[in-house]
Amino acid sequence: MTIKTTAARPSLWTAVRNINLRAYGMIIALVSIMVLFQILDVVLQDSNFITPRNLTNVILQNSYILILAIGMMLVIVNGHIDLSVGSVLAFCGAVSAIALSDWGLPWYLAVLVAVGAGALIGVWQGFWIAFVRIPAFIVTLAGMLLFRGLTLKVLDAETIGTDGTYNMLASGYTIAGFDLRVPTLVIGILGAALYIALAVRARSRQAKAGIAGSSQLAWAAKTLILAAVIVVAAYTFYSYKGLPLIGWILLLLVVVYTFVANRTVFGRHIYAGGGNEKAAMLSGVKTKQTSFWVFVNMGALSGLAGVIVTARLQAATPDAGNMFELHAIASSFIGGASMTGGVGTIIGAVIGGLVMGVMNQGMRVLGVATDTVQVILGLVVLAAVFFDVWNKKRASGPIVGTTPGGSGEAKRKGGGPDGSGPSGDDSKDKDKEPEPAGVK
Amino acid sequence: MSEDILRMRGITKRFPGVLALDGVDMRVKRASIHALVGENGAGKSTLMKILSGVYAHGDFEGEIELEGRPARFRNIRDSEESGVVIIHQELALVSELSIAENIYLGNEQTKRGVISWDRTNAEAARLMEQVGLHEHPQTLVEKIGVGKQQLVEIAKALSKQVKLLILDEPTAALNDSDSENLLELLKQLRENGVTCIIISHKLGEVLAVADEITVLRDGQTIETLHTVDDAVTEDRLIKSMVGRDLAHLYPPHTPDIGETFFEVSDWTVHHPEHRERVVVNNAALTVARGEIVGLAGLMGAGRTEFAMSVFGRSWGGNISGEVTLDGRRLRLNSVADAIRAGIAYATEDRKQYGLHLDYDLRENFTLPGLDKVSKNGVIDLHKVTSVAERLRGDFGVKAPSVYQLAGNLSGGNQQKIVLGKWVFTEPELLILDEPTRGIDVGAKYEIYELIQELVDQGKGVLMISSELPELLGMCDRIYAMSAGHITGQVDRENATQEELMRLMTLETASGGEEQRQ
Repeated sequence: MTIKTTAARPSLWTAVRNINLRAYGMIIALVSIMVLFQILDVVLQDSNFITPRNLTNVILQNSYILILAIGMMLVIVNGHIDLSVGSVLAFCGAVSAIALSDWGLPWYLAVLVAVGAGALIGVWQGFWIAFVRIPAFIVTLAGMLLFRGLTLKVLDAETIGTDGTYNMLASGYTIAGFDLRVPTLVIGILGAALYIALAVRARSRQAKAGIAGSSQLAWAAKTLILAAVIVVAAYTFYSYKGLPLIGWILLLLVVVYTFVANRTVFGRHIYAGGGNEKAAMLSGVKTKQTSFWVFVNMGALSGLAGVIVTARLQAATPDAGNMFELHAIASSFIGGASMTGGVGTIIGAVIGGLVMGVMNQGMRVLGVATDTVQVILGLVVLAAVFFDVWNKKRASGPIVGTTPGGSGEAKRKGGGPDGSGPSGDDSKDKDKEPEPAGVK
Repeated sequence: MSEDILRMRGITKRFPGVLALDGVDMRVKRASIHALVGENGAGKSTLMKILSGVYAHGDFEGEIELEGRPARFRNIRDSEESGVVIIHQELALVSELSIAENIYLGNEQTKRGVISWDRTNAEAARLMEQVGLHEHPQTLVEKIGVGKQQLVEIAKALSKQVKLLILDEPTAALNDSDSENLLELLKQLRENGVTCIIISHKLGEVLAVADEITVLRDGQTIETLHTVDDAVTEDRLIKSMVGRDLAHLYPPHTPDIGETFFEVSDWTVHHPEHRERVVVNNAALTVARGEIVGLAGLMGAGRTEFAMSVFGRSWGGNISGEVTLDGRRLRLNSVADAIRAGIAYATEDRKQYGLHLDYDLRENFTLPGLDKVSKNGVIDLHKVTSVAERLRGDFGVKAPSVYQLAGNLSGGNQQKIVLGKWVFTEPELLILDEPTRGIDVGAKYEIYELIQELVDQGKGVLMISSELPELLGMCDRIYAMSAGHITGQVDRENATQEELMRLMTLETASGGEEQRQ
């Protein structure tokens, strides 16, 4: 046995040491990066970086990447990848611009057309990936070319302009003429209160059931700090123009998708299938159907992101969304997704996207050239994944040596000589063992 | 020079919680064929892994002496340089490469740093002649049968100047004529001074070919027999392999057997990729409430394939037959169907197929029964935690909390999680595939008690195990399976290891056809 039973009430120090770096590391990193740019701005340019205006711009400029990152996180958690989202986004944006400008549909129907088209594309790709079992890398690589080509076709290689309410989706601060500035502050405060209330309720139910949680102090500190962050953020946006409409859309998506990922059977099936497909399948998870719907969802979100990009540019262009797939994938990995699937959070993907967005914005404000920005962002992606790998090794380090094949590492390596288990005949059986049907 | 090529003394190898080898001694005479026999889990493969350097010197206790000199292998390359080559049951060939390329893989024939194909093919042809493999050296390995692939492995070993050749179950996948050829080849190698150690379950074969036989049981050397001088028979070998005290390894239990409620009939399953291969052939069995039914068989007999195909067609193709539960004919097209119908299957490979090692106890316990902790697809997290907490207690999982990752627990505790997650689905029938593999004696006892509790609640258990004593100690009735056929059943009163072994090795009429080639 490698388990050391810890005291029921660990001290604050143990709590700090046991802190889940994967969960909180990204928030810490995001805040540190913002502070770093603030210092650099003050020193080099005698100006502030952390201003309501800059933060609002970060949201406005990265909203579509964040939307894609939410879907991409689920794709990666489920053990796949999607290289086509940039092209799908362009195609859906083009279709909705045509629906709006050429067919004269109202803005909400144009949005629906884009989301519907994206979902249909998801059906197409999901079919090949989930049921025909062609690797997602191949299917979506094909999709990347296919839908870029179709975008050029439907647009006739031209730009189609959009106007009216449609464009407000990407840059407005009002909904149906109703200003969102005051609601930003009110809902921020209410949200923080709700968060505290929910945390207290969960904690007391746990205590009643006699389940040991983390230490009281650590729990209280975590809850209060997060609530404070919510209030401060709300106030910051309030003091500029309020949270832009797209910010509200994002907020809604984050809440809904976090709920789906953590609290629904479907969500847990996405994780289980990505974490260990065979075990999930043998536990009754319909892994194929789950993967299929994950891609349909990705398509629909690409459609929505297509609308936002089009609205932001006030036109559908043939080269919209170029390289966006890579930004979305990078956001997910920076946000703590595991390369082998099964691990990652929605909020992580969003924070990963914000890390890139803040760095981008910060360097631009400092006047760093675009080429340098690219180089640095590339290194950040590598560093984030390195950190993840290192963190994992650190966490499972002592375990690898003591439990044969007992750690995730050993499992991934397919069980080396050490992973073959105590009974000598074990490894031999493993090779011979029938694989669950449909798992290849 | 001494007449022994190999002496192993006091070899002890520990895995966490398990003593795999306990002071094993073994001597092998030069230019002989030496067989190593024992039940599954007796330690044969571990011993051979030590000899071939898979487990490095220092990972185990004891001494190895090769040709009178102490041998300290750090890895397989070291052992191969000393002339020890192991051929695993699962052949290590690259099927997309040619025979010649495979023979010289890792030992490429080069001329000034560039591969010389002329020399590779010519040398390969010479080695192939030696092992009686009549194929073109440039034929791809995937194009030749398993029997010939085995010969490629031997040719590869010869290319490494092998002195001591270890073959792990070399004939398990071969049909009769291929087996015979292979055994002839071993005799021929013996004439040329190559010593062979073979691990085999086929005792008839062992007696026909081996000069000496070492029997391992529970990680200890029981005896070494001289085939001719000691006039060894199969019965004599079986006794030596299985004899042990069963008295207090199993908790006492008075079965309360109700009526038969689960029945499989005419069950035939084909291999999912090689559709012409029949893996389970017309099998039938029944389980009664409160009954523990065993399913015995050698490796490859089709036990797991049978169980998984019943469990919502999770393995195999072209499945036909009937499953009835409480008189109702079941249509099980998916694992979800099977779970809903009240069937659970706990896999033999808990790490790969049974658990999510990177997830905590809560997730692992509730995955197959998520609908029991959710409403309209929304999970009640509080319920998840309290269910996991309850199961952790009920099943005696030794973990500090339900937030512990399954991968951090010992094998015995992992197995309890697997049992727990299936009991949570409230099944009527539990199929337990090797429920105690790789876990220590104490944990085994706890698992046995849990199984008995389950049948006392009126559930039925079908237990697959490769350990005959376990089946004899636990089961009320035991079926034996051989080459896809159920070859018989014995009651608790009449069950002996000898009888089971006889049924498990029974050659069925169609046995030959089921081989791939």
